[in-house]
Amino acid sequence: MKTPLIKGVIKGARKGNTTLSCLQINNIQTHHLGPLSLTISGDAAVSLRGQSGCGKSLLLRAIADLDPHQGEVMLDDVSCQTYSGSQWRKKIGYLPAVSQWWADDVGAHYDDEIDHAQISEWLVALNLRPKILDAAIATLSSGERQRLALIRLLANRPQVLLLDEPTASLDPDNVASLEALVADYQRQQGCAVLWVSHDHQQLQRVATRHFVIAQGKLIEQEAVWS
Amino acid sequence: MELITLTLWDLSLAALLIVALAALSFQMQLGLSRSIFIAALRTVVQLMLIGLVLKLLFNTTHFGWVVLVAVVMLLAAGREVMVRQQRRFAGAQSFALGTLSLFISTVVVTLLVLTVVISAEPWYSPQYAIPLLGMMFGNTMNGIALGLDRLTQTAWQQRDVVEARLILGQTPQQAISDIRRESIRSGMIPIINAMAVAGIVSLPGMMTGQILAGAAPMEAVNYQILIMFMVTAGTGFGTIFAVTMGARHLFDERERLRLDRLQKAIV
Repeated sequence: MKTPLIKGVIKGARKGNTTLSCLQINNIQTHHLGPLSLTISGDAAVSLRGQSGCGKSLLLRAIADLDPHQGEVMLDDVSCQTYSGSQWRKKIGYLPAVSQWWADDVGAHYDDEIDHAQISEWLVALNLRPKILDAAIATLSSGERQRLALIRLLANRPQVLLLDEPTASLDPDNVASLEALVADYQRQQGCAVLWVSHDHQQLQRVATRHFVIAQGKLIEQEAVWS
Repeated sequence: MELITLTLWDLSLAALLIVALAALSFQMQLGLSRSIFIAALRTVVQLMLIGLVLKLLFNTTHFGWVVLVAVVMLLAAGREVMVRQQRRFAGAQSFALGTLSLFISTVVVTLLVLTVVISAEPWYSPQYAIPLLGMMFGNTMNGIALGLDRLTQTAWQQRDVVEARLILGQTPQQAISDIRRESIRSGMIPIINAMAVAGIVSLPGMMTGQILAGAAPMEAVNYQILIMFMVTAGTGFGTIFAVTMGARHLFDERERLRLDRLQKAIV
């Protein structure tokens, strides 16, 4: 299967002062999905949609190397196999649709060595109160959890973002804030972004290349059609 | 103080208690009557057999026979650890994991006590070796079975949390750390509690037996303390080993959570 490569993109290319990350997916195959190939570069976010159960999450899980799969995933020409699973997943920022929290309060879910100034900046950007890191998980709304999960992920400084319906439980204002934060992060880090959503208008806003999964295949589209 | 010999008639009277319990269970539809009868029957047959074996062993004191009895006990305990888990590792791994953990903890501790502490002549003298091994296997088995059962059950229920931690770049050891700690605790707490209440709330079985048999109470107490320490050490080391190995086996070489290595739950 041919790799849908956008013309003019050079792997690991530089744009201004930022090194653009490049995620290459070659003939990946998992469960009923694939084989499919895709290259995502740090300067062109990719949107992905498809009916429930079509395998969007399976694809994201395979990229994050959470399930046994065939095919190869490379970041900046270095194979996933070169890294341990945990090293790889720190580079591949996968945000599942539902966030999980295991300790009592928010702060315990962040590393001790986090950049506090940066976290505070992100909290403000997502309209979250600064003190929320001390809050008990049980007192948070699903929207707050969703935004905190993104910040928790960004704290790893991933070179790729795989976002699975990241705004599903947010109101319109917060949707806009989150989209802006992701765009900012992408600009600063040259991060490769794959955005999964059912909201066509949102996909049109956040991505420049659009794909749909149907019958286990990946199809590129000019634009997101309703 | 002489031991009063129990007759068949005495035991039959005691068996009536079991019959009464089974009848009540039947009436309340607990679904346990069958299990009660089978377990009671197993107790009688198995204890009779071991009684005969011990009788023969005491007459010969042959090293090979002691080892054979120990191996049979080990395999039976390993099987018991396996069947007590609702979601066990698939295939022979479950049996191997439980049996290896039992072997390492029980055999090492028992050998140490037989040779260094008791130093009977010869050290494998069946009168000491077999009862000690029996006490050790019985208790260590409980700890290991509880710990492994808790580990696999919790990992199954909290798979999303464990994966969320992997997704954030934690290593398997970090991602399973809470579950592993809780599983080890659940395997060790019963025996720690037993030490804490020994003599106040409960009179341990072995001490009771020695006193009934006419031993001086302080002698019985000394042996009971020895047994308690052995059993706790064996249970603790065995549970830590089994749960640590089990936790490791829940992940593959790519640091993925592999719950497909567990069998479906047995209801």
